[in-house]
Amino acid sequence: PALGLFLFTIARDPLRIIILIAGAFFWLVSLLLSSLIWFIAVKASDPRDEPLQKGLLIFGVMFSVLLQEAFRFLYYKLLRKAIEGLVALSEDGCSPISIQQMAYVAGVGFGLMSGAFSMINLLADALGPGTVGIHGDSQLYFLTSAFMTMVLIFLHTFWGILFFHGCEHRRWWEITAVVVMHLTVSGSTFCNPLYVPPLVPSYLLMAIAATWAYLLSGGSAQNLRRFLLCKS
Amino acid sequence: MITFMNNSDSEEEPCNERTSLMSAESPPVPSYQDGLQASEAGEAQAHRKRRTGGSRSPNNTADGDMSDSGVPVRESALENEEEELTLKYGAKHVIMLFVPVTLCMIVVVATIKSVRFYTEKNGQLIYTPFSEDTPSVGQRLLNSVLNTIIMISVIIVMTVFLVLLYKYRCYKFIHGWLILSSLMLLFLFTYIYLGEVLKTYNVAMDYPTLFLIIWNFGAVGMICIHWKGPLQLQQAYLIMISALMALVFIKYLPEWSAWVILGAISIYDLMAVLCPKGPLRMLVETAQERNEPIFPALIYSSAMMWTVGMAKPDTAARRASQQTWDAAEDGRENHSSPSHANSQMSERRSPVPTRPINSFEELEEEERGVKLGLGDFIFYSVLVGKAAATASGDWNTTLACFVAILIGLCLTLLLLAVFKKALPALPISITFGLIFYFSTDNLVRPFMDTLASHQLYI
Repeated sequence: PALGLFLFTIARDPLRIIILIAGAFFWLVSLLLSSLIWFIAVKASDPRDEPLQKGLLIFGVMFSVLLQEAFRFLYYKLLRKAIEGLVALSEDGCSPISIQQMAYVAGVGFGLMSGAFSMINLLADALGPGTVGIHGDSQLYFLTSAFMTMVLIFLHTFWGILFFHGCEHRRWWEITAVVVMHLTVSGSTFCNPLYVPPLVPSYLLMAIAATWAYLLSGGSAQNLRRFLLCKS
Repeated sequence: MITFMNNSDSEEEPCNERTSLMSAESPPVPSYQDGLQASEAGEAQAHRKRRTGGSRSPNNTADGDMSDSGVPVRESALENEEEELTLKYGAKHVIMLFVPVTLCMIVVVATIKSVRFYTEKNGQLIYTPFSEDTPSVGQRLLNSVLNTIIMISVIIVMTVFLVLLYKYRCYKFIHGWLILSSLMLLFLFTYIYLGEVLKTYNVAMDYPTLFLIIWNFGAVGMICIHWKGPLQLQQAYLIMISALMALVFIKYLPEWSAWVILGAISIYDLMAVLCPKGPLRMLVETAQERNEPIFPALIYSSAMMWTVGMAKPDTAARRASQQTWDAAEDGRENHSSPSHANSQMSERRSPVPTRPINSFEELEEEERGVKLGLGDFIFYSVLVGKAAATASGDWNTTLACFVAILIGLCLTLLLLAVFKKALPALPISITFGLIFYFSTDNLVRPFMDTLASHQLYI
């Protein structure tokens, strides 16, 4: 689905592609830094201590989430500056791309990158021979991973919109809500391999985020109805 | 110690290449308003596209995913506004370069992942004589540095040689050299490549069919690159050549040498293009002085160049105010074996810059594209291919390097929009790529692996 989003909405406009790739880049950098921190922590600690390792992992995840949000903020700042440049250079004084579109694209960029990193090794292994869950792990590993990744990509997209909107209008509570949501989603994955706790709340949160972003972008129930019934 | 390629009695060697991404403009750029914001505007202006009118040449030069609105450009007398217009290394141009680079990388990565041949170590080139099978780390490092020095010096010598030839107008020699090199690339390397691919997929093919295919491929390629041809076919051929070259590099360069060479080449590129006495810079300036296009078959251009109905590119007919053209050049020569004493190949591609503008009142402008040297393609692909081949984190590392290179390319094009002269395309991208490769391989991979094994998501 994310790829479909990409194809239909982003691939047309080259500017959006650039913003997408830049968004992916920022996510990557945040991942790099967070794994650096985790790596240092792991090296500095005792490798045989199992709960400590788990604790470090949790710490790493949380830290990574925070870093991701921080980088989203940085990216927002960069895009603000870029918009000013675009406006100055365009003919009619208004930018060819609005901040909301940028927010959307940035979100998709983040999401695609995070999804790709989560899934792609899995996919590569899935092509090869083997049985899922042969050591007593769950057999639904691939399926749940796929769903989780999809929900995460969508969430990143919506968070992008919400985040930028919050920054635009200086509503700090929106920003904190995004961060909190992200933390919740990541935290809920700690309950894996029981699959209920992560998946269900994540989808709920995604629905909430989706409606919120939709409303923020100027949609309304009326628009939706009109669209669905194909009225003119 | 020195081993040769086992499948030919002559070691071909891709020797050097110069890469730069360049845009040249004859009238000096006086002032653009908001020079700083103009740098951001490098990403902008997707709607500023000039449509070619009049003379018949494919209007659409973008590869694929561009929906052009084709706003005809107003003829403006203001110098400023013309500056603005010429600053349009907009998003569109960036994408025009993204797509071929991406395609090249995809081809290389796909081949590396599937065909075993290119990751086997079957010997080294003569240009990297020191082996890396030494027991100690220090020795290995020393060997790779020595290899790099040899390689870079060979490249420098070839480049200087080429520049001298160009300066003294030995065009025939250069053309012959180019033709020979592209011949060799198109036929020999394709033959090897096809053979390996068929082997991998266990497909049988008889010799006559093979001969027919390769002959057609090579002949059309020669025509397309050195003469006229549809733009997209030309671009496709260049991409294929770059991919083949990159594959050869990946196969025959030993591990550490490859990374050190990548680093050294970007430094060399930086110096060769920016220093006043740098060979590449001299080449570019000489070409500009003579108002000639730089050689064919070394450069990938995203815009149309053929002036149909003109004997040779009539650069003098260009309007003075519209002199902006971007050219990127790359010379890449291949050393042939010792058996041909010094027949070197290089591929080049002629970026005939712009078509002359027919009338002043009409709203026609040329489609101006950005040009990127083929060596850039090759080294980007080498980086990504090496990442795919040797990284144990497999796809994550490859993906990270890919994104890093694209971002580097973006930044380079941005700088191009600001500085408006020949710029090296390698350093930024390769630096990013190297940083990301090493850090992803060593830092991110354990992190992601542990996350994936516990199925945690960040």
